[in-house]
Amino acid sequence: MANTFSINVESVSRVEGHGDLVLDVKNKKIEKLQFRIPESPRFFEAMLVGRNWDEASHITSRICGICSVAHTSASVKATEKALGIQVSEQTIKLRKLVYHHENIQSNALHVYFLAAPDFFGVGSVFPLIETNPEIVNIALRVKKMANDMVRIIGGRAVHPIRIVVGGFTKLPTTKEMEDMRNMLISAYPDLEKTLEVLKTVRIPEFERETEYISLANDYEYALYEGNIKSTDGWEINDQDYLSKINEKVVQHSTGKHCWASRDSYMVGALSRFNNNYDKLSDNAKKYASELGLKAPSYNPFMNNIAQFVEIVHCVDDSIRLIDELLEEGLDEDKKMADIKIREGRGVGVVEAPRGLLIHDYTYDNDGKISKANLIIPTNQNYANIERDMEALVPTVIEKSEDEIRLACEMLIRAYDPCISCSTHFLNVKLTNKE
Amino acid sequence: MSGKPKVGIFGFTGCGGCQLEILDAEDKLVDLASAVDIVHFTEAITEHSDDYEIALVEGSISTNHDVERIKKIGSIAKIIVAIGACACTGGLNCLKNLYGVEKAKELVYGDKKDWIDAIETRPIDEYVKVDYYARGCPPNRFEILQIVKALILGKKPEIPNYPVCVECKRLGNTCVYDLGMTCMGPIARAGCEARCPSNGSGCEACRGVIDEPNVNAQKDLLAERGLTVEDIMEQFNLYNACKKLV
Repeated sequence: MANTFSINVESVSRVEGHGDLVLDVKNKKIEKLQFRIPESPRFFEAMLVGRNWDEASHITSRICGICSVAHTSASVKATEKALGIQVSEQTIKLRKLVYHHENIQSNALHVYFLAAPDFFGVGSVFPLIETNPEIVNIALRVKKMANDMVRIIGGRAVHPIRIVVGGFTKLPTTKEMEDMRNMLISAYPDLEKTLEVLKTVRIPEFERETEYISLANDYEYALYEGNIKSTDGWEINDQDYLSKINEKVVQHSTGKHCWASRDSYMVGALSRFNNNYDKLSDNAKKYASELGLKAPSYNPFMNNIAQFVEIVHCVDDSIRLIDELLEEGLDEDKKMADIKIREGRGVGVVEAPRGLLIHDYTYDNDGKISKANLIIPTNQNYANIERDMEALVPTVIEKSEDEIRLACEMLIRAYDPCISCSTHFLNVKLTNKE
Repeated sequence: MSGKPKVGIFGFTGCGGCQLEILDAEDKLVDLASAVDIVHFTEAITEHSDDYEIALVEGSISTNHDVERIKKIGSIAKIIVAIGACACTGGLNCLKNLYGVEKAKELVYGDKKDWIDAIETRPIDEYVKVDYYARGCPPNRFEILQIVKALILGKKPEIPNYPVCVECKRLGNTCVYDLGMTCMGPIARAGCEARCPSNGSGCEACRGVIDEPNVNAQKDLLAERGLTVEDIMEQFNLYNACKKLV
């Protein structure tokens, strides 16, 4: 290995996460390390200004096709808070249910389609169709199940239609609820097989303790609602996010960087796991233990394992929610809340699959948005990804450039920064300075 | 090397949902992978190549860098299929144009706005010739697969050119106007199986309007409810701010 080299991982432009990695090393010391985000900026905070209260969730859902349920949920929660709308318990349970399903879908997409090829040493899921058909079939089944369930409750797998301010435009039928329960039960053998495969996978041994931030509450593994909690010892009401969460523009990224107690923090499955381990289902805890994941975990590569553990939890908890809803019976009268327009501000915070997601809207008297602020999970992780790489590179500095590059790419992928980010590190340009 | 058509799947400014729709065609994904050579698929494959005949393009053009890239694709691909509202009409990203690009840069990035590469959002057909459009937000994955299938067989894909109302009638939906909502269904292009009205919500014309829209019928429908075209323009411009209605 040369003492002095430069690694430039230039990604092809992508949709919601075009990222390049720039690493310059001189005499085995890092001279420059940047995770560049030249992704096309979208300007949602500008697009929202002047739009009606009932359009905001349709617009912000389009921030991300992978976690459109999360954006829709954060959005309707912000609007409901601003307008003082009280939704029914039934609505909250159904939203938590569809929320689980998107989390299963998104985590499965990452674990099986994007991270798994790394585990098998190939460039995509397609070669695995030939070499490991069983795991590909499991992946397709789990993802299809999750998508079908989002479709049943949300009306569409990408950009749900039925989840609106005040409740739902249409409820699933009892038969559909029973079908979903059967689908979930039939997923267990696939989860068991995945567990066996993941046990054989070697996760890089690397640790760097950082600040882990997620939602948390007393009654459940928080995904849809809760306080904002940090492993650095603070917990705040979600409406007060600005008292801790800071954003800044950095030149090498169209995505802003965030910080709270330190210069960087992590959000996502591993943060949720670290903050809320004791609220996981017993089954999910068993999976975690078999895969060697313990709270707190300071290994960012374990984020993939935490995502899989969450799939198990979401399957378990979905069955519980369905049983409750079936016992209570779905009531058309509880489908929509009363809506009255008023001026005001509201913050909607949820755990998107990739972490803490914040929508903050201010409405005028006519129910039009006058100001919007959005904080996206991946932005919150950018600074932490850089800090992790600064710590990771010296541990692999004696290896070949290919191995160093792969280690950095795998680290970025472990964060699941977005579907395209995680696979776009393909147009790799590697130049030796000497 | 097989004689299978080489396909590239590309993403521009958008949410990634269209490429996800393709990945969501779980049942057909393995078939698709065996019928074509996917040489470039930004969301799923590490390896990639610039040798392709068919380009499936998602997203709108909203930076100078986007312009360079779409032109390059235009110079390589023999057939370009625009996928999703952003590629077909500019989609929701065009709301930025209404606000004003410079103003938007300032609002979001403040005094650092000069670091940001952003131009007025446009659909891809303002820069390259588009052969087929798989419209919608999100597009219909079965329609995307149908188009690809037709192209493999050397046939012309059939894209609906009738309004969403036709699909609602076929499905026996209660008209959402009768539920007290507004709807673009009378002039919006079908092909989505009237997804929004079927789920209790008004159509927002995410697939754009049909080629010869009966705007008068829409006006009459609105007039019966004391509304004008202007009243629903906001709803229409959610996905069509870059296109003029009539």
